Amino acid sequence: MENPQKFSPEKITSDLLPQPFGRRGKLWTAALLLVALIGAFAYIQQLRKGLVVTNMGDYVSWGIYISNFVFFVAISLVGSLITAIFRLADVPWRTPLTRISEIIAVSAITFAALIIIVDMGRPERMLYLFLHGRLQSPIMWDVIVISTYFCTSLLLLYITLLPDIKIMIAAREKLGTPFAKFYRWLGSFWKGTEAQEKIRNRSITLICITIIPVAFCIHTVTSWLFATTYRPGWDSTNFGAYFVSGAFLVGAGGVVVAMYVFRRVYKLEHYITERHFDKMGKILVMLALLYLYFNVNEYLVPAFKMKKDEEAHLRGLFTGEFAPLFWFAILVGMIIPIFILVFPKGRKPNAMFAAGVMVVVGAWFKRYLIVTPTLLHPFLPKFDAPARYSHYFPSWEEWAITAGSLAGVLLIITFFARVFPIISIYKTITDHDTELPS
Amino acid sequence: MSIEKSRREFIAAGLLTTMAAVACNSKKTPFTPEEDVQPSGEKVKLLSVDGEIIEVDKAFLKPVPHMPSVSNEEIRKGIPGKKFAMVIDLSRCKNLKKCQSACNHMHHVHSEQNWIKVYQMQDAEMTAPYFQPTTCMHCDEPPCVKVCPVDATFKRQDGIVLIDSDRCIGCRFCMAACPYSTRVFNWEEPELTADVAAQTYSAETSVPQKRGTVGKCDFCPDMTRMGMLPHCVSACPNGVFFFGDINEDSVTNGSETFRFSDLVKDKSGYRLMEDLGTKPSVYYLPPVNRNFKFEEGLKNDEPAAKKA
Repeated sequence: MENPQKFSPEKITSDLLPQPFGRRGKLWTAALLLVALIGAFAYIQQLRKGLVVTNMGDYVSWGIYISNFVFFVAISLVGSLITAIFRLADVPWRTPLTRISEIIAVSAITFAALIIIVDMGRPERMLYLFLHGRLQSPIMWDVIVISTYFCTSLLLLYITLLPDIKIMIAAREKLGTPFAKFYRWLGSFWKGTEAQEKIRNRSITLICITIIPVAFCIHTVTSWLFATTYRPGWDSTNFGAYFVSGAFLVGAGGVVVAMYVFRRVYKLEHYITERHFDKMGKILVMLALLYLYFNVNEYLVPAFKMKKDEEAHLRGLFTGEFAPLFWFAILVGMIIPIFILVFPKGRKPNAMFAAGVMVVVGAWFKRYLIVTPTLLHPFLPKFDAPARYSHYFPSWEEWAITAGSLAGVLLIITFFARVFPIISIYKTITDHDTELPS
Repeated sequence: MSIEKSRREFIAAGLLTTMAAVACNSKKTPFTPEEDVQPSGEKVKLLSVDGEIIEVDKAFLKPVPHMPSVSNEEIRKGIPGKKFAMVIDLSRCKNLKKCQSACNHMHHVHSEQNWIKVYQMQDAEMTAPYFQPTTCMHCDEPPCVKVCPVDATFKRQDGIVLIDSDRCIGCRFCMAACPYSTRVFNWEEPELTADVAAQTYSAETSVPQKRGTVGKCDFCPDMTRMGMLPHCVSACPNGVFFFGDINEDSVTNGSETFRFSDLVKDKSGYRLMEDLGTKPSVYYLPPVNRNFKFEEGLKNDEPAAKKA
């Protein structure tokens, strides 16, 4: 008895309208704000003293800021997967997941851009990217595709929101005047006429078609920041596909975690059903297997040859300094979730939540392992440099800023869910009219 | 003689002040001193441009640099007609690190960092160890320049790769791209004395260095402009470093001069990581018939090791 199509439009509307924070919601938001504020404080320290507050050095010149950036870019790809690919493939059960994935995309790509500014030694010279930009540099490609993806994702989120804004303006008594004012400012022009609806549908289709190549670009270009150098572990033609597949995996994992949390907190059991978990579970298994496949290519092929420059790097990962983290990322980020999710019992919400968390946490450390160990194995020996440059463990400022950025992403999602319905009301109602009996 | 010098200085100072005043479009007349200098009361007699003897307060005299300043545009072009190269003779290196200390001193490199590194190398288990000083390779296909998003690091027509610290945004992509680990980053505010910090920045001197930007060996183009050798070359007592111009086909370490092409051919010169296709401007002569034993050189590391 859990199909939403059994409900009347009025019930769907009242179920899905944004609700004020409860006690837990307030606590959650306060905790996130606190973490974000500590991060902001650490960044002020960094602005005052320079990047010396980090534990980066001339060898590890990119640390967790960059791996966190790669993580954010990766997880933001999910917006294109769930919305665009599912829409173009006409996947009927996508409705309750699209908005969740779109807001993850927008918030993650926003903080990806911010964390890059945090990593800059001269953030005040950011405008030089436009004044003196060199199109030959992969960084410029990243600037271009990330800003394009940000705008496209935001547009997609906005256009799909329009009919819901109309519904919310109608429900202003329930939502309060300040909110109603905001909704009117956002979309009072939307009347839902046939002509408007036609334009909206065509725009969504167009954006969905364009956002897929842009999404592939953002993560391929991000992988090229590494693959265009000579360094062992980065110098790989496999990198673009390897990054994109990993991005879809972590993004899908992120959506699973988010749909579980929203389902519990907003009591959406009738909208996000066990069937959705089952389907997402199958997709997650497929993506984890795909990413595992690319990992086998990425590590086993060079390990078979063991070229001199690769050797120190690979041994460090397999059995050396980074081995615990490396096997953690492989096992927890891919293999254990695969074993949980191949069984129908593993695709129940609770087990899925656990698998989703594992995928996301594993993916975060995986990005760290892609960035840092390579830098510790330069071609020439580490020499005539301070001893502390031969190791890297992030300073408290780096941890605080990174945690702050993660909290920032969650804050955007939390505030979004406070102001907008996290499942499209309009789409749920119209699905009711059209959906075939399952 | 001192009056002669002061006269030149005075005229040059006057001209510079005029130019500065015009450039800044400030309200100052060319005759007001740049800063609020208090007259010392001590007068100096000078010959004016019109040939008259005039008296000026000593406090208003300002020393001017010996060389005319080079514009950023000229710096980015390089010295016309030149193609600089370096030859490092590994058979002569005794790990004295005079090159390193001279370079660090002249460029005010951070006390823990080095632009020149002297590696202890051993290519294979059974082969002999040797010392290998490395500078920036000033590649003809520089990977660092390729990846720079803002043209802060650039390749000049005379072959030198420089960094414009007024342009660098501190993204450190060039450090990841350089396979020779030659670049260092100013993680903190450089430790500079007040007079060094007050110098006008030039990408040719790399002084004063700036926080949040990348630094590296610059082949001392300020010295070459004056027809002098880079600091590492003149500091090395063993004549390890040869510097010169490929177009002239000659390199020198100050006391010996060789035809560059002959030297590199006769002594089987090579470049580091040739397989990467970076085409360095720094050539190495293999460590054969060495002047010193490797162990002897190791002793030179001891004081440095103690310091660390």
